[in-house]
Amino acid sequence: MSYTPDRSQYPAKKADGTLDIDLTSGKYLKLWHGPNHPGITGNMSVELTVCGDEVVDAKTHVGYLHRGFEKLMERRSFIQVFPIVCRVCVPEPDFNEYCYAAAVEELAGIKVPPLADWIRTLILEMGRVNSYMMYLGGQAGAFGLGVIGQWTTYVRDLMLDRFEELTGARIYHMFIMPGGVRDRLPEGFEQRMEETLREIESTLKDVYDVMFCNAVFKKRSVGVGYIDPALMDAYGVTGPNARAGGVAKDVRRDQPYLVYNELDFEPVVGKDSDIYTRADVRRRDVTMSVDLIRQILAKMPKDGPVMAVTPNVLHWKIPRGETYIRGECSRGEYGYYLVTDGSGFPRRINVRGPSYTHAVALLERMIVNLNISDVAGLMVSLHTYPPEIER
Amino acid sequence: MMRALHDRLNALFPLGELTEQRPDLAFLTVPREHLRSIILHLRDLEGFSHLVLLTAVDWLEEGNFQLTYLLSNRGKAVDLGLRVMIPRDGASMDSIHDIWPTAATYQRELREMFGIQFPDSPGVNDDFILEGWIDMPPYRRDFDTKAFSAKTFKEREGRMTTDPEQHMKQQLYPDGA
Repeated sequence: MSYTPDRSQYPAKKADGTLDIDLTSGKYLKLWHGPNHPGITGNMSVELTVCGDEVVDAKTHVGYLHRGFEKLMERRSFIQVFPIVCRVCVPEPDFNEYCYAAAVEELAGIKVPPLADWIRTLILEMGRVNSYMMYLGGQAGAFGLGVIGQWTTYVRDLMLDRFEELTGARIYHMFIMPGGVRDRLPEGFEQRMEETLREIESTLKDVYDVMFCNAVFKKRSVGVGYIDPALMDAYGVTGPNARAGGVAKDVRRDQPYLVYNELDFEPVVGKDSDIYTRADVRRRDVTMSVDLIRQILAKMPKDGPVMAVTPNVLHWKIPRGETYIRGECSRGEYGYYLVTDGSGFPRRINVRGPSYTHAVALLERMIVNLNISDVAGLMVSLHTYPPEIER
Repeated sequence: MMRALHDRLNALFPLGELTEQRPDLAFLTVPREHLRSIILHLRDLEGFSHLVLLTAVDWLEEGNFQLTYLLSNRGKAVDLGLRVMIPRDGASMDSIHDIWPTAATYQRELREMFGIQFPDSPGVNDDFILEGWIDMPPYRRDFDTKAFSAKTFKEREGRMTTDPEQHMKQQLYPDGA
């Protein structure tokens, strides 16, 4: 039997609509969830006001990881920005590289060779698998299933091996650069990737059996953290968080970029919009990414250039203009807004990360009325990465 | 399609320059006093229900801030960026948090990073990223990061800094040839 708290009358509200919470009454307590807490996603914290073990008010605090990237980028030439952008998001850096490169290419009028587009798509899907693997481990861990994280970290590590042989790096790849990509696939890559994909599929089956069929996980996640589909647009909800509520938003299908219009797929959609459904949508999304990687390797051209001719990067000036490039990352819509002014430096770069809307306005609203022990599970289920909030 | 949308809007509101960046992306300059009406019209009657982002560009030389409201119509797969130019001195803008609640977060950041006021936006004066910041809003173009750093932080002793250009010249041509 589920418990539904009724907070319509309690705590009382003041005349201006704010909550009437008197911390000296002994009835309420401030509790900091983070910034150092195993149940927090990265370097952020949530200031909870609790009554007993229920949350009555919450406020998100960010800024623990602010490095002023957007300001830094304004003082660097277009090629000097390229190694910075991937640092905006650690677990899935490739979207920064792609969005930035595509924005520069559009404003500078550079046409990317077809093979580079295929390799870019491959990299983005590999990164998506990695990001989801981290998520599955975190989501299970938030509800006490520690072993899942060990399994998913193992297969993520195999995918990092593929990244290493393709790009030379495991975390920050710096492979997608303005004009194309740095290299072709190495000899025998397809075969080793197939072995990795089989291992992922095998692990996902175990994850399904142990996590998604687990009574404890179900009890803790079904019906908890419901996002009303009517709120999706009001709160800018995108990606798996929206798709789990039946809103089939997927940039890959809605506004196909790179080579997605040559691939056969249908966005994974859920129905119940709770923590369990969001986790399930992501698990099925991994299966889809595995399928997409196979399709890419089978359909991609085997030869051709991977880099367009670009101007001398030391004297590269881009005419005045502005554009917005978006992609569907593992957490939702990721985008770069680039403004140029005819000089050798960007006038403004704004990074639109999905966590910006999910982890602040949406989280603060959803967390109210929740039990303290479910806060971590809810936060992880929104799949937020703080660096992209504070850039 | 963007041209047809522009014509429909032009019949109702005075509009500025239209830039068609791609078939599915255009930027349109609008007068600040009509911004809320245009946004409501686009959201309720033209299907632009998703606020993608709200940000500012500092055109220091022209004395203006450009506010960019990027809206998306998912059904038709098109995006429209509304540009509003406001003077840098005493920069202030109407809030749109009642149209999209998530806009309050963007406005809070713009107040902190650019010093643009959004008087009615909830919690807009709360610190967002920079707790206890007392200097000029740092994302303004005239904020000098190097001067701020020199003023605020002490130089570590024993550290040597060289000009990269001079250093390379010295390395490559030690005899000054």
